[in-house]
Amino acid sequence: MAAAPAPPRLGAVAWLRANLFSNWSNTVLTLLGLFLLVRALPPLFDWGVAHAVWGAADPDVCKAASGACWAMIHEKYRLILFGRYPYAEQWRPLLGLVLLVVMIGVSCNRNAWGLRLAEAWGAALAAWLLLMWGGVAGLTFVPNNLWGGLPLTLILTVIGLAIAFPLSIFLALGRRSRMPVIRILCRVYIELIRGVPLISLLFMASFMLPLFLPTGVSIDEVLRAQVAIILFSAAYLAEAVRGGLQAIPKGQHEAAHALGLSYWQAQRKIILPQAIAVAIPAIVNIFIGLFKDTSLVAIVSLTDLLLAMRQAIADPQWRRFFVEGYVFIALIYFVVCFFMSKYSQYLETQFRSGQQR
Amino acid sequence: MVSPTTLAPVVFWRNQRFRLALYQAVALLLVIGAGAYFVSNALANLDERSIRTGFGFLSREAGFRIGESIIPYDASNSYGRAYVVGVLNTLRVSLLGIVLATLIGVLVGMARLSSNWLVVRLASLYVETVRNVPLLLQLFFWYTVITGLLPSVRQATQLLPGVYLSKSGLMFPAPVPHPGHPYMAAVFVIGCGLAWGYRGRARRRQEATGQVPKLLLPSLGLILGPPLVVWLVSGAPTALDVPVFTRFTFRGGNSITPEFLSLLAGLVLYTAAFIAENVRGGIQAVPRGQSEAAAALGLRRTTALRLVILPQALRIVIPPTTSQYLNLMKNSSLAVAIGYPDLVSVANTSLNQSGQAIECISIMMGVYLTISLSISVVMNVYDRAIALVER
Repeated sequence: MAAAPAPPRLGAVAWLRANLFSNWSNTVLTLLGLFLLVRALPPLFDWGVAHAVWGAADPDVCKAASGACWAMIHEKYRLILFGRYPYAEQWRPLLGLVLLVVMIGVSCNRNAWGLRLAEAWGAALAAWLLLMWGGVAGLTFVPNNLWGGLPLTLILTVIGLAIAFPLSIFLALGRRSRMPVIRILCRVYIELIRGVPLISLLFMASFMLPLFLPTGVSIDEVLRAQVAIILFSAAYLAEAVRGGLQAIPKGQHEAAHALGLSYWQAQRKIILPQAIAVAIPAIVNIFIGLFKDTSLVAIVSLTDLLLAMRQAIADPQWRRFFVEGYVFIALIYFVVCFFMSKYSQYLETQFRSGQQR
Repeated sequence: MVSPTTLAPVVFWRNQRFRLALYQAVALLLVIGAGAYFVSNALANLDERSIRTGFGFLSREAGFRIGESIIPYDASNSYGRAYVVGVLNTLRVSLLGIVLATLIGVLVGMARLSSNWLVVRLASLYVETVRNVPLLLQLFFWYTVITGLLPSVRQATQLLPGVYLSKSGLMFPAPVPHPGHPYMAAVFVIGCGLAWGYRGRARRRQEATGQVPKLLLPSLGLILGPPLVVWLVSGAPTALDVPVFTRFTFRGGNSITPEFLSLLAGLVLYTAAFIAENVRGGIQAVPRGQSEAAAALGLRRTTALRLVILPQALRIVIPPTTSQYLNLMKNSSLAVAIGYPDLVSVANTSLNQSGQAIECISIMMGVYLTISLSISVVMNVYDRAIALVER
């Protein structure tokens, strides 16, 4: 061993040897991977870029081409993005999206976190819903059965979280309460919801909820799905918050008690700020899951992004280009989820570095 | 110092125990009240629509057909039997999915820790792509690809001799039933038990004497030997029922429907990506000192992995993987979107036909709860069995 010359430490050859060809099994794996890439990438490039039809084009042009038909997206993107929202009014959901992106951009900055931001979110959500509904300030009224596409997906997610999050804090506190009745009630609720699929809750909301309301009272389909999503995500968020609560040392409770703080004062000023900070990576992961799960409302016939896309490719002229449609919305979902998961990882390292001084 | 007895007596509504009892009573009353309110509304509504409540409809004739079933079923059977078919279909896709997702997930998780740069990149690409796109979208995609892009039955692609893939699913040969088969299955189970016993004995011997007994070959022999012997004794039946194309469709053999195939593909690929992340995280969480200590003791890399790293990683991996198994089982409910007749799909059809919304949905939720709780109980037992026994 000692007689062997030291391998080169620097340069491309050294990197290749260390990372791709360190021993025979690695070499085999590398060659296998390269073979896969060589087989898959050029046809994929030809299909997606080189032979694809870009911009406005006739379905017949697409049929003649061997590549992807991005012209389908060009033709249908407003239907996919906004669903059946009145065509002339689609600037309103677009403005709402811009507002949302601005709010999310501001919220990514940890220094901005606080009560003021929560208030700003409340105002932004109200403005957003007002924009969508209209009926005031010269905006025509758009009933929410015409809402669709990306705005509907985002509304179900964001409003769902905005209501489920406070609810989940009470559930998590209740599950750790020293009052057995409260503890059992919260626990039963959380386990019940977590034991069944979201679909069954959506079915329950669309078929059973109307039966449970007084005769003659009815609520629309979007609201029903929203109720199901709130009930569902509250249970999952509660478990994340409980994880955070469990990480708080007992001394914090005792110190708060010794200072003479009441239960709610202690929770609000001492325990929850620390617990939620610990739980934030888990909470962001639940946000991601929920954003993906809102696509399930397509099964109860709400025109969210997924169903709007399926309606777009139901057009007989463009039906054969379904792969392009799936790729387009998969990209939208991917960008949002990928951004959120990277942000959650960033937060995790931030918190860890904060604790490991 | 003031002794407690000299304090003024606490007014009863300021008494802590009284307050706690009061809060709990109020909470309970609120929940019961809300429940009673909903039930009375439901009764009034059902009365108005003249729907009879109760589970009596389960014995009525269902009157709808189900695309695929493990047990015999036709439209003249009862709703109850239709539900059993749905539950069995859910269990079938969930169990198969859990096994396959675990295999792929462990493989990909190890690949992400490989020392090979290309393998790491490819595995990460797979995990990041699949995890960040909704499962329902992936299911629709696979289903549309299978039914839209694959060749028709006439031009079915032959993957292997006797194995065909087409728009109408996967066709593959099945062994012709033979009286020897049940015996083979029986001795296989017995062989597994024997191998387990042998493993325990080998371990005890190793602990007593320090010698390492051969494990792999004897246990393989114990597991595979007896069925082989039974197979030979019963005359070595090799008859295979191979699917053959006759005029319009395939006859004979076994087949998997495109619905089942796309649901399984979607569920497995999606869940495997999450399991891979758990596996990676679990192995990375084992402190470096452990593998260094194993190397210092003279263990080979593979032995160290098997005896030192993996047992510790397993403890970290199991709880999140359990919840992935539960997720897979719950996610199999998306089958309703692509027409695989799972529990939700059967419940949905029964609901539309019988109008018994409350009963149909309650049965569905009850079954899911039962399965969820059973999986978590089993996994908790296993988790406790391998948990670190601290002093």
